[in-house]
Amino acid sequence: MSSGAEQGGLPDDVAARVGCVQYEQRGGFPVERGYIWSTCASVENANPLFWDDEVARTITGGPIAPPTMLSVWFRPHHWAPGRTGELLPLQVHFDLKEHFGLPEAVISENTIVFHDPVRPGDEVSSRQILRSVSEEKTTRLGTGRFWVIDVEYRNQRDEVVGVESYTGFGYRRAPT
Amino acid sequence: MRGADVTVEQVREGQELAPLVHDVTATTIVLGALASRDWRPMHHDHDFAVHRNGMRDIFMNTPTQAAWFERYLTDWTGPAGRLGRMRFRMSGSVFPGDTMVLAGVVRSVDVDATGCAWVAVDVTLRVGDQTCTECAARVAIPTGPDDNPWDRRGARWQP
Repeated sequence: MSSGAEQGGLPDDVAARVGCVQYEQRGGFPVERGYIWSTCASVENANPLFWDDEVARTITGGPIAPPTMLSVWFRPHHWAPGRTGELLPLQVHFDLKEHFGLPEAVISENTIVFHDPVRPGDEVSSRQILRSVSEEKTTRLGTGRFWVIDVEYRNQRDEVVGVESYTGFGYRRAPT
Repeated sequence: MRGADVTVEQVREGQELAPLVHDVTATTIVLGALASRDWRPMHHDHDFAVHRNGMRDIFMNTPTQAAWFERYLTDWTGPAGRLGRMRFRMSGSVFPGDTMVLAGVVRSVDVDATGCAWVAVDVTLRVGDQTCTECAARVAIPTGPDDNPWDRRGARWQP
């Protein structure tokens, strides 16, 4: 729990993190077509952009990845040599949960905004930015705080390819 | 531009998209989880899902649902349709043996200041009477046969 002074209901050390870039991370491997085809096959997506290079050349200037695959390029391998500990996606969410001593947390809403297309061979990086933390609120789940975290994705030319925005609610269950 | 692409004059507010019906199997769930590099056991290990998570069975992960929503929308728009934004609200899970139905309604059609045509579509994923996931999508479609939303970059792309 924070022992810092509070301003507007938010501890100073948390307020200082709002708007700051955290956890910059590179994808584990360049974007590749095998995963694109596996994803399309898994949902029987016949969009010719992903299967017909001539259509892709005409419409998107060459092959691209399905936009909704943005987060796929960041999931760590199930195993990697020398790795210890577990890598958590959306680490800022878990940091806030721990910081406020809130035993439960859910993601209540998720928005993805798509910018420049992701293409095979791209090396995509991500970074997390805490946008806001609410004062304490009580919902049917319990009492806690809402927070909004953006995950920005950029390609190797530093162009934004997408932004995911998560609204989380960390809470303590109401006593029964 | 391909003839199959929906253009803005073909779309009206309140228009219903043809539903997509799919019988979900354990293979559907596992294929999606592995394609999205989600190795968490509740998406492939029945015992873990039941005894550790208290779920009925393994269940479909969020990235796979997003891929189903994308496929549903671009089946309708054709390949020139370009996703701008998707907002998800999850309220139920999709299990092997479920028949999932995706259905969509056009909420609005407009052309922004840059000349890009946008369609707002509300899509639901239902199993029986239960709405499992709601998705509010914003998709760019061509204004006519010579327009291609994928050509837009920088200030001309305002998703």
